Amino acid sequence: MPRFEYLEPHTLRQAVSMLQQHGSHARIVAGSTDFLVRWRTGVWKPQYVVNLQHVPGLDRLSYSPRNGLRLGALVRVRALETSPVVRQRYPALAAAAASFAGVQVRNLATVGGNVCNASPAGDTLPSLLAFDAQCRIVGPQGERWLPLEQFFLGPGRTALQPAEILAELRLPPPLPNTGSLYIKHSPRGAMDISYVGVASVVSLQDRGRVCRDAKIALGAVAPTPIRAASAEAMLRGQTITPELLKRVAAEAQRLARPIDDVRATGAYRKDIVAVLTQRTLERAIEMARGAEMPFEVQRRLAVQAAF
Amino acid sequence: MKKPLQITVNGEIRQFFAEPYCSLLDALRDELLLTGTKKGCDEGDCGACTVLLNGQAVTSCLVLAHSAHDSQVTTVEGLADHQKLHPVQQAFVDHGGLQCGFCTPGLIMSAVGLLQENPNPTEEEVRFAIGGNLCRCTGYNKVVEAILAAAQAMQNKLKA
Repeated sequence: MPRFEYLEPHTLRQAVSMLQQHGSHARIVAGSTDFLVRWRTGVWKPQYVVNLQHVPGLDRLSYSPRNGLRLGALVRVRALETSPVVRQRYPALAAAAASFAGVQVRNLATVGGNVCNASPAGDTLPSLLAFDAQCRIVGPQGERWLPLEQFFLGPGRTALQPAEILAELRLPPPLPNTGSLYIKHSPRGAMDISYVGVASVVSLQDRGRVCRDAKIALGAVAPTPIRAASAEAMLRGQTITPELLKRVAAEAQRLARPIDDVRATGAYRKDIVAVLTQRTLERAIEMARGAEMPFEVQRRLAVQAAF
Repeated sequence: MKKPLQITVNGEIRQFFAEPYCSLLDALRDELLLTGTKKGCDEGDCGACTVLLNGQAVTSCLVLAHSAHDSQVTTVEGLADHQKLHPVQQAFVDHGGLQCGFCTPGLIMSAVGLLQENPNPTEEEVRFAIGGNLCRCTGYNKVVEAILAAAQAMQNKLKA
């Protein structure tokens, strides 16, 4: 195995200058759960590993009704699963976190790492997209903001420029009367990669009859996680009926461009997109109408295992 | 080149040298000779290498040893109080929660991590908490029974 030097910057500025100095020979790590696997298998061969764990504040999770949810890039996936405010305001994100790997990996893996690895099947990504996450990116020229939707360029490819670091994600506060859920269909119930993952966020008005806003995001069915914009548009401003939800699910299915791989055929994945879109919408609508759905129930719904 | 680091392992401060790319698992086994923690897949999928890092269950194969500098680590060797087994260990013995034993240290550490956070789990919560531990012998039922029994025993001890 190729060897590397291990660096621990204490500020983001220091981390950026390490990346500038070592260029493509350096790689950022956070939880190191993806990194160590790919290093051992020879996929990644950095000469310098820059661990962000000692940069103060990067693991901060906070919420305010005005600014919404702020997630430092090093917030652990486990914190998303257990945080009361995430469970209450962003249930699709807490459910996605609970569906992610196993407890031991969730205690290490970070939300920023999941985003920067840019796997089409990354479990937190559809929910982050559906909550309109914005990325704060720090680099040699200072900082810039980018919608998460523009962050993913392809499998493992992101909009980060050389020596740039994802520092923070911000999710705007949800509208009143909003419900959301993530459902992942995978071979096993734990420690597995999804065939398909769908997150839906629905906000209602007129005593819960009319859709004020809807966001639908699909995982593992395209080169990047994607928003199903045309499916969302069919819901906005409309009275909710079972027939409408079926048509929206069919539109999401139409948008999916999955590949055949070792886990499933593209055709199977396309069928599942419709099922999960409809199911997440139905549950999100129930929650938006005030139905009690304890986290244990959401967690059970969030992973639909084949075996 | 090996560099110095310091980790508190099972309550004892350990100072040693490790390569920059050495995992916490390899450091525990090869530098500190604590071979109770097992290496199964070395890619985070099997859970045999589970230890507590600052009180939380983690797969030690996915942790760089140097990133655990100045941390607290508990391995399966740190559970027993001299000759007296930890209640989770005792419950695995009493309920036959093991066969070949290779996954057992990892399962026990996951169970200890769970019971620290949730002293009175349901069966579903136990199964959810050990989702990251593979066992090819037991079929898990006796493991789950053992963890539920350990929770009960620890609760009774608290009340007594």
